[in-house]
Amino acid sequence: MARELLKVTDLSTHYAGFGGSRLVKAVDGVSFSLEEGQTIGVVGESGCGKTTLCLSLVRLLAPGAEIVGGSIELGGRDILQLSEKEMVEVRGKEIAMILQDPMTSLNPVINIESQVGEAARRHRGLKGVRLRDRVHDLLESVRIPSPEVRMEEFPHQMSGGMRQRIAGAIALSGTPGIIIADEPTTSLDVTIQAQYLDLLRRLQKETGVGLIFVTHDLGIVAKMCDEVIVMYAGKTVERGDVRGIFSAPNHPYTSALIRSVPKLGSKDPLYRIEGQPPDLSDLPKGCSFASRCPIADEHCVSHEPPLMEIQSGRMAACWKAEENTMPEVAS
Amino acid sequence: MRRLLYSFITLFVLATTIFGLVRLTGDPAILLTPEGATELERIQIREDLGLNETLLSQFGRFISEVATLDFGTSFHLGQSVTDVYFDRLPNSILLVTVAMAFALALGIPAGIISAIYNGRWMDFAAKSLALTGMSIPGFVMALTMMFFFSVKFSWLPTFGIGTWKHLVMPGIALGWYFAASTLRLVRSTMLDVLSSDYVKLARLKGVKERRVVMRHAFANVLIPLISLTGVNFVVMINAATIVEVIFVWPGLGSLLLEAVGERDFPLVQGIVVMSGTLIIITNFLIDIVYAWVDPRIRLTR
Repeated sequence: MARELLKVTDLSTHYAGFGGSRLVKAVDGVSFSLEEGQTIGVVGESGCGKTTLCLSLVRLLAPGAEIVGGSIELGGRDILQLSEKEMVEVRGKEIAMILQDPMTSLNPVINIESQVGEAARRHRGLKGVRLRDRVHDLLESVRIPSPEVRMEEFPHQMSGGMRQRIAGAIALSGTPGIIIADEPTTSLDVTIQAQYLDLLRRLQKETGVGLIFVTHDLGIVAKMCDEVIVMYAGKTVERGDVRGIFSAPNHPYTSALIRSVPKLGSKDPLYRIEGQPPDLSDLPKGCSFASRCPIADEHCVSHEPPLMEIQSGRMAACWKAEENTMPEVAS
Repeated sequence: MRRLLYSFITLFVLATTIFGLVRLTGDPAILLTPEGATELERIQIREDLGLNETLLSQFGRFISEVATLDFGTSFHLGQSVTDVYFDRLPNSILLVTVAMAFALALGIPAGIISAIYNGRWMDFAAKSLALTGMSIPGFVMALTMMFFFSVKFSWLPTFGIGTWKHLVMPGIALGWYFAASTLRLVRSTMLDVLSSDYVKLARLKGVKERRVVMRHAFANVLIPLISLTGVNFVVMINAATIVEVIFVWPGLGSLLLEAVGERDFPLVQGIVVMSGTLIIITNFLIDIVYAWVDPRIRLTR
């Protein structure tokens, strides 16, 4: 069995808004573990807490947000106990991140060489020619043509796809064990997207890095991930291996998500989940998906389902999971 | 190259405007002759000064003077305009430089601190400073300082030029407003930049906060800062007139005021055209610095 890189237990991050009068539970009791070379997908619609989860893992939350519970074990220690000074040594060195929009995530006035080399210099102590070589290799590994020319250039001289590959090189720069990719392909067009995903997979194979892949695109999850966490309203509603979840989801939300993926050649109207996700500062008493759930009953509305193990390696937070009444996933 | 052409057009328009404007002020011969002078003497003076020619020929002469950068002789000083100008120029440059240095030295750090401690007392203090700077006119500031530092405590000389002490109050009085505007710009740009994705990415790389602010963020603040400083520089040259008069600082501003008062056409024209040239040169220099700081301009040029 591969080495465990990261173990997140019962992580909760809340935002205190309006002077503490409104508490937004953006991440509420999320647990998972990541192994070497493994890819975990985090899916869910906008505002379900995916990005807050990512930022919690590196403790770079916006002001007002606070990790209120749980633990994040990295290499045997809980990084929630580290001081900010120690945390600076974790970021980029042990956990790196690729942001969503490559057009805004590179600094416009600093050249590519310094931006890519920064983490290597900072965390691996590389200098001068060795640093330059390292940057060269990194750019080569993310398929930047003629790296020796490109490293002197600036972000505005590159296309979006190239910039995102450079963001990949930046993430690899400090040779971290874990890379968090927060919707890295959302702003790329489809062909570039496919190339980028292939690149990430290849890099993962070469370096054994553990990948946390945040997306709302189930197609990407199917292609990239070993395991998937489905989030809804800040909570994990289903967790398990990708193949199992795609063929037989144990939560009605997952099943609805799968059904709302457009199918090529289909004449049927696209399935959509009715209604809106609940207000995270005013969650319903029972299951937070109950109001949109086709199979919910009174018990669901009044009692919140815990995350339960349904089959081996498959968790779901649904009272109906074992009753086998999930809406059919059309194939 | 096109910029050079525009510069010449600008200068020509400026020269024409000032040529017309000074002639609207009245007859210099009246001011140059003693109280009881006869009409004959005045005619004589007009003849000497070339004011009896037609406007067109005066204008032609003026333009050819501009082209050779020789503005003739001042009516009331009797000296060459160019000499007088370059005599006073270093004093003006000294004052403006000191004022600008003060403005930047106060405005930039205060702006950065204000942005970093957004919403806390340090920010509040900086913002109050900016508000007073923007709302108190330079001359009020100047007179207040004079009252305290010269009259009450006699630490600093009231007016004149000579030692560094003479520079303190005019420098602050002139730089005050610009310190405030610099502060405001640095603060707001810094706030913007600090919440940008690339600053987030720098933090994600494990870059120390100090370096995040100084290298990743401040480099981006520099771009608008340079354009503001360029504009401020030009405004400052104009604003200096009031401060120069209050502190009897022998710069170009007080010279210009004197020249206007005396209806000294060549001197006014010379000062305005040469200052205009100076401003154009300054803008040129600013563009060069700009390109040096912002790679996007450097390469698209």
